[in-house]
Amino acid sequence: MAFNFKLILFLLISLFYNSVNAEDESISSMRKSELHNLLLQDCGSCHGMTMKGGLGPALTPDVLKSKSREMITRTISNGRAGTPMPPWNTILTKQEINWIVNTLYKGIKL
Amino acid sequence: MKTFKISILLTALLFSGCAYFDTVSLRGTGDLGVVIERATGSVKIVDTTNLISLKQVTGLGDLSHASVVYSRDERYAYVFGRDGGLTKVDILKGEINKRVIQAGNSIGGAISQDGKLVAVSNYTPGGVKVFNAATLELVEEIPAIYGKDGERSKTVGLVDAPGQRFVFSLYDAGEIWLADFSSGKAKITRFKNIGIQPYDGLITPDGRYYIAGLFGEDGLAVLDLWHPEKGVKRILNNYGRGTKKMPVYKMPHLEGWAMTDDYVFLPSVGRNNVLVVNRRNWKKIKTIAVHGQPVFVMARPDGRQVWVNYAYPKNNTVQVIDTEKLKIVKTLKPGKAVLHMEFTPRGEHVWVSARDAEKVTVYDTATFNAITTLPMAKPSGIFFTNRAHRIGL
Repeated sequence: MAFNFKLILFLLISLFYNSVNAEDESISSMRKSELHNLLLQDCGSCHGMTMKGGLGPALTPDVLKSKSREMITRTISNGRAGTPMPPWNTILTKQEINWIVNTLYKGIKL
Repeated sequence: MKTFKISILLTALLFSGCAYFDTVSLRGTGDLGVVIERATGSVKIVDTTNLISLKQVTGLGDLSHASVVYSRDERYAYVFGRDGGLTKVDILKGEINKRVIQAGNSIGGAISQDGKLVAVSNYTPGGVKVFNAATLELVEEIPAIYGKDGERSKTVGLVDAPGQRFVFSLYDAGEIWLADFSSGKAKITRFKNIGIQPYDGLITPDGRYYIAGLFGEDGLAVLDLWHPEKGVKRILNNYGRGTKKMPVYKMPHLEGWAMTDDYVFLPSVGRNNVLVVNRRNWKKIKTIAVHGQPVFVMARPDGRQVWVNYAYPKNNTVQVIDTEKLKIVKTLKPGKAVLHMEFTPRGEHVWVSARDAEKVTVYDTATFNAITTLPMAKPSGIFFTNRAHRIGL
């Protein structure tokens, strides 16, 4: 029983690990550098190039700590009604949005 | 003998004088300007006669949303950075003259009618700070406090107005404030309930009307500065995002609103249109379908053409509208991420920045030929010194 539990845990972890890897691999390094630029420059128009905020709120790892990843992903995908935040799901793929969320939580390098 | 010695001395003095003027040649600044290099926190000083970049000045902080006003002698450029930095750049010497970090997060600024005050519009802490233009010492702080709990609003659309006044809007509060410095100390007049989320403002070139764009609803808020006692009125009630709210990938800028003799050309919000409006009665005359969501809609100084750039992801293009035919007459591709355009004072050239193409292209506005390109690091705003003598810039 204990053995089975460990096996399941192992399988789950490897499954998760693979899916994360798969996401990353589906984005070419060239596209990643485009997304990095988009994040710094275009998102940066409202959130600041250092993500310390502007017309839009700050999105530094410190600020994001207390926010759910799902909420952030949803906001980037669908935009936020009543604010200037537009939906990006018509322009970016799910994987690309995930990559952006991950990069924000890690902290973007200039 | 004595006379001989004196003449040698005089000759030496004369020559050393010549040497001085050889290294630091006298020149005016009327054909100079600065280009913001947003990613490196630097500006390039440019010469619009010889079409060259003269010098890079570094150390200006986060310039991801930067703007510039000029001292009235056109020697100093005041650069407003995103990170609250206010930098006074000596464009003759090509160096920073003074620099202060005056807030946590700011959006733009203005210089007073007499050139003695520089005001900065801040997001954090929300409000406007006014500085001595010579020393950058704080003269007065105007916190944008609203509501019962003393909340502070982000301030936007700050401009100077005749009568030593500044006008700005409160994004979170939906108010326009008029700060009159004619007595030396700010006298504030508040206009409440002007509309939801004013996101930028402009003043007409004659300095009479202050107009705020609204993001949260349709229409524009107008304050007649000849008659502020009449309050804020609404115009173009069908101007805005409309009932079906379209996503906006970059906020349009109002500063570049194009005004010609008869018309005002406005960027549609969230739609691929430029609107042509009668300047006298604010009635819409025509909707011109364009390449993307317009960001800057700018008239050549003679009003014969209007140049338009666009929001992400259609931002590699610039279009030219003929103001007589009210039609697009030219489409240009200056490169990836066109962010700004600036005309030379009399409009023979326009300088266009393409951020991701890392260059500024100079176009002949009569032939639309690219005359030259200047390599720049992520260029954004372009500001020529003739702004020094224009109300509201």
